[in-house]
Amino acid sequence: MEGSAHPVARHPLDAHAPDVVRVLRDDGTLDPANDPGLRSDEVLTLFRAMVRARLLDERLVLLQRQGRIGFHIGCKGEEASILGSAFAMRQNDWIFPCYREFAAALWRGMPLQRYVDNMFGNANDPVKGRQMPDHYTWKSGKFGSVSSPIGTQITQAVGFAWAAKIRKEDTAVLVYFGDGATSSNEFHNGMNFAGVFKAPTVFFCRNNGWAISVPTERQTASETFAQKGIAYGVPGVRCDGNDLFAVVKVTRDAVARAARGEGPTIIEALTYRLEGHSTSDDPKAYRPEAGLDSWRRLDPIPRLRRYIERTIGWTDAQDKELEAELDAELKAAIAVAEKTQAPALESLFEDVYGELPWHLQEQRDELLRGPRAKGHGH
Amino acid sequence: MPQMNMVQAINDALRHEMRRDSRVVVLGEDVGKVGGVFRVTQGLFDEFGDDRVIDTPLSEGGIIGTAIGMALYGLVPVPEIQFSDFIFPAYDQIVSELAKYRYRSGGEYPAKLVIRTPTGGGIRGGHYHSQSPEAQFIHVAGLKVVCPSNPADAKGLLLASIRDPDPVLFFEPKRIYRAAKGDVPEGDHTVPLGKASVVRKGQHVTIVVWGAMLYEALDAANQAAAQGIDCEVIDLRTLWPLDIETIITSVKKTGRVVVVHEAPKSCGLGAEIVSLINEKAFLHLEAPPKRVTGFDTPFPYTLEMEYLPLSHRILPAIIETARY
Repeated sequence: MEGSAHPVARHPLDAHAPDVVRVLRDDGTLDPANDPGLRSDEVLTLFRAMVRARLLDERLVLLQRQGRIGFHIGCKGEEASILGSAFAMRQNDWIFPCYREFAAALWRGMPLQRYVDNMFGNANDPVKGRQMPDHYTWKSGKFGSVSSPIGTQITQAVGFAWAAKIRKEDTAVLVYFGDGATSSNEFHNGMNFAGVFKAPTVFFCRNNGWAISVPTERQTASETFAQKGIAYGVPGVRCDGNDLFAVVKVTRDAVARAARGEGPTIIEALTYRLEGHSTSDDPKAYRPEAGLDSWRRLDPIPRLRRYIERTIGWTDAQDKELEAELDAELKAAIAVAEKTQAPALESLFEDVYGELPWHLQEQRDELLRGPRAKGHGH
Repeated sequence: MPQMNMVQAINDALRHEMRRDSRVVVLGEDVGKVGGVFRVTQGLFDEFGDDRVIDTPLSEGGIIGTAIGMALYGLVPVPEIQFSDFIFPAYDQIVSELAKYRYRSGGEYPAKLVIRTPTGGGIRGGHYHSQSPEAQFIHVAGLKVVCPSNPADAKGLLLASIRDPDPVLFFEPKRIYRAAKGDVPEGDHTVPLGKASVVRKGQHVTIVVWGAMLYEALDAANQAAAQGIDCEVIDLRTLWPLDIETIITSVKKTGRVVVVHEAPKSCGLGAEIVSLINEKAFLHLEAPPKRVTGFDTPFPYTLEMEYLPLSHRILPAIIETARY
């Protein structure tokens, strides 16, 4: 933050942050040294996706407060980190999510209806109502499966990338995780294995300042998260995570490195979780409101909008038009999802094994014969 | 048919499948150049190279986590955990990830591994080289658990495990790695998962057992025979899902059952077997089912032969059950 006691930048606007890649300058122009050269239509598509993610976050929190869905874990403030990095991955590359990256799943082609079905855990939910909301999956978009334990996806992403390398396929894997996950076993294992085997992995650390209530200072004594790569022989880079262009630039560079056979990179995207950890969290209990001001000024959406307004052209009327369009799309999806029935009872026993073994057949038959529970919604 | 010990039979199965299916890879600590601390993977590195027989860094969590990723990609990894006592750093990956992947992803991502790991005591290995943690994996929805007792089954069950759609914990009883010898079919040979083997037919008492303790049970059964007690000995082979039909058929015939396992008594697989017998054959029972097991203590070093459920402890249980 401004005036921070940290010798190394924790905030993209810290005066002494020469190691933090920034492209979108305060005056709304792009630094030609690191400009990834996005076309106007690409910028507009990404802007639209960021606004869509923001709108989804705001509406889904309301749905949860109304008791219509059980839970939401959002990405408010981190849209540039998530969409810039997802955008930078090539079509044949894979994405292994943490749990805050629904915008990346949508970017990879998950229909909004499927995502909203997941929020309701209904029969059309890609995971058949078996997990909490925001624990989606989208294989046809080369997008992995969300689980709740922290960091477990990191070694899996490395193994996937390593397998692609063994099979001599030009595939890189981006794995998302937060600053808290850098304390997990699997961060260590994943970085170590990826370093040793030069697995084409992009470690994307969304340093959003918080692991629920625990700030970055309690997560590590390292000056940065990127520097953790040094110990593993994995190059690290930091970027302004609220700068779409910087995120695209550093992610593309990491993918190019991986494609050249040079192995993994760790990216630390400096961003900020503008809301609580999830709908189950109240950040007022541990986080002073005043500290948010400098981050609100760096909100990636108004920042990108200023650039678009200046460079491509964008009006208030277009804001309203876009919001109305996204709102209508979401309302329609919610209406359908809410009316869709719950997953069939039998589905409770499916997919535990490839075939239903005798003990699950017995338990299924017992459930089907018995009385029904109340309170599973539909 | 060639004679082999367990180590040779498992090696033969791995080699056979790696030749047949280029997706099969072996990874773990010391599995490559040295061929594993028990030499089970000996020679595979030379034949298949270090892309398919991989010496990894020393981290069980890393081995299983990356192996899951390889499986999601489409490889068929057969990771080795050097001793089943060392599997717990990978427990989260096995229990929360591997076992749940297909289910939690709505069927999109079946994650299939065969985790090979030496198990059991009797080799003077102390607590950290002797335990039998099978029940801790059976209690987890989504896993299959296998434990062979002889070379032909070891080969056949391992090939069946590798070709099975589900993740399998393949426990290798290290006490009989070299002691158990027998004819092993050449080439392709599978033993179906979920099917027990009736190793000794009998009328009076059913003994349910697996792994290295099979030989102790057979020894006790032979001694019991001298006293006129005719035991039926069932080698489970697949511990989960277990072959309930074979167990219940036998118990309905004998009315008496002794379950033997090395693992601690409480909440061991024996407890589940006895519960199932109570549920499915209660009115056929002539005596309370008995368990002869390890104790609810850590696995000891000096006194390990007192800890193990060897024939001298199985025999009195058979007699007591028979005479009840």
